Amino acid sequence: MQTTSTFESVLRGMAITVIILFFMFPIFWIFLMSFQTNETILRVPPSPFFEPTLTNYRSLISGRLEGSTATLEIAFMSNLYNSLFLSVTSVTVGLLLGVPAAYAFARLKFRGSEDIAFTLLSFRFAPPLLVLLPLTIYFQQIGLADTYGGLIWVYQLIVLPLILWIVRGYFEDIPADIEYAYRIAGHGFWATFRKIALPLAGPGIAAAGLLAFIFAWNNFIFALVLASADKQPVTVGALAFITASGINYGQIAAGIMLSIAPTFALALYAQRYLVEGLSLGAVKG
Amino acid sequence: MSDVMLNLDAVDKFYGPIDKGVHAVRNLSMTVTRGEIIALLGSSGCGKTSTLRMVAGFEAVSRGRISIGGREIHTLPPVQRNVAMAFEGYSLYPTVTVRDNIAFALKRGNFSAVDVAAKVDEVAEMLEISAILDKYPSSISGGQQQRASLARALIRDADLYLLDEPMGQLEPQLRTLLRGRIKAYIKERGLTAILVTHDQTEANALADRIAVMEDGELQQFASPEDIKKSPANLFTGTFVGEPPMNVFPARTSISETTVSLRLDGDVELSYPVDAFSAELRTRLTEMGEVVLGVRPYAVQRRETGSPATVVANQWLGDQSHIAANFAAGSLVLVEHDRTQLVEDQQIAVHLEPSDLHIFNPKTGMAISHGARLVG
Repeated sequence: MQTTSTFESVLRGMAITVIILFFMFPIFWIFLMSFQTNETILRVPPSPFFEPTLTNYRSLISGRLEGSTATLEIAFMSNLYNSLFLSVTSVTVGLLLGVPAAYAFARLKFRGSEDIAFTLLSFRFAPPLLVLLPLTIYFQQIGLADTYGGLIWVYQLIVLPLILWIVRGYFEDIPADIEYAYRIAGHGFWATFRKIALPLAGPGIAAAGLLAFIFAWNNFIFALVLASADKQPVTVGALAFITASGINYGQIAAGIMLSIAPTFALALYAQRYLVEGLSLGAVKG
Repeated sequence: MSDVMLNLDAVDKFYGPIDKGVHAVRNLSMTVTRGEIIALLGSSGCGKTSTLRMVAGFEAVSRGRISIGGREIHTLPPVQRNVAMAFEGYSLYPTVTVRDNIAFALKRGNFSAVDVAAKVDEVAEMLEISAILDKYPSSISGGQQQRASLARALIRDADLYLLDEPMGQLEPQLRTLLRGRIKAYIKERGLTAILVTHDQTEANALADRIAVMEDGELQQFASPEDIKKSPANLFTGTFVGEPPMNVFPARTSISETTVSLRLDGDVELSYPVDAFSAELRTRLTEMGEVVLGVRPYAVQRRETGSPATVVANQWLGDQSHIAANFAAGSLVLVEHDRTQLVEDQQIAVHLEPSDLHIFNPKTGMAISHGARLVG
């Protein structure tokens, strides 16, 4: 039992409050903005009291931005769908490729395994812009530019190293004897991987998948350069809110709320796995 | 049906490239007969676990051949070798209970649920784990996990049972009790087992034959009695036996009437010439310098003899271990009474020719045991 004085616990409570305010206030303010018109947002001094309106959300969902001078057609909902589709498929592909690779790197020490693993990690070092120019040319030559397939492939640069390195640590934490015991009891290599290694590394795989999803969802630059309007995710689509006639803050705020909703919900639901998965070993000795 | 259950033929194990990497097992050949219990005994890193893992199929054999029951298995995956193995550390499936862990080993056999339950109960009772059968591995102690792993191995119907330090984490009383039970269980069923251990008491108690390993090499493969009585070399002599054998370098000189062994510190051991065989005398003359070994319990304290000074005297409850300065080195002797000796006390010791082990100082190989030439 840990003993803490009242003073300490009060201090700790204050520190937590400050941290929560620091991180949550912008999101809270955007949440408020999303229910306001441009006029109430831009008034001086700002005030948290206003008459809420759903116009921002209505125009986003219907795809028609009612500006002060004209009506603009935007594809926010299809951007949202693109984001979802790209992130889910990329993470799925990343897990299918990355988990067996992570297992191989963790269990089978083959020649050059460390070098290959490091090379994969080094993809994360390169500035995306540097990669993008040659990639655009290649993609145009082989017909992958402006396709979902091409984007998902490029997204592997983001998700694969992440999954590989997190999951590898997990597999390394499983005592090899558990797998040996299963194999010697009459099971093949593949069955051991599926029945023993995968379930034991489950929390780690879930955490890696979740993180990879968030990273893929937040990606901007790859999609901006490699995808045209109908394939663009919400991060790129949000640029449409900056129009010639001004910036519609209310609609941007609503757009932000809609676009962070899936990752926010996922993170809330899975935060236990995330914290456990990233901080604890799979099997405690 | 052949009587040979396991045969290792010139097996080498390298970690890393062959001939360049770490040479963990060197040119190991040994044959295990059906129904035998064998102990691989050695200190950490001597290659005993590598050997076991090559037999199990978790480590590739770098060179040589392994066969079980006449069937070459060293290239087969573990699943096809039909061996059972008990593990030293954490090897239980964490997601199922201890009972399921043990029963699991039988799932692939054709047993009814009732049979499986009966078998699990029997082996659990033998290993004193009946009370924890419905617990999960994470909530039981290391010793209990070890016994569960042992149960999971012993319950199977395999050609060969590999036991990797199966009792390392048990309390001494339980260890003694289980040793007897496990041996009886294996012997009753005529199973063939290989035990890896660094505990010589365990090897002596369980094994029919002990393979002493050091630095990847098999030093001696013989019954516990033979290893005690006739250690093949200096390593086996000093490694097996508790407390360890006393060793002293000696120079030999043989006259018409006496065989004299001169130790450092002006200690001279003289024996009548007929205490040693003629061949041994010739050999000792040839050698000139030898290494003398004597077991602590064979050192006799007498009225007259070579002088020694007591350094320490420990009463262990059933025997006294006396350490003394002797022949510019140290000597340990064991007595079964509670000896009243104090520090710095002068004593006289006598070494019987029949208790002497003589080794070649260059090769370490045994020359004679009890005044009889080896080989």
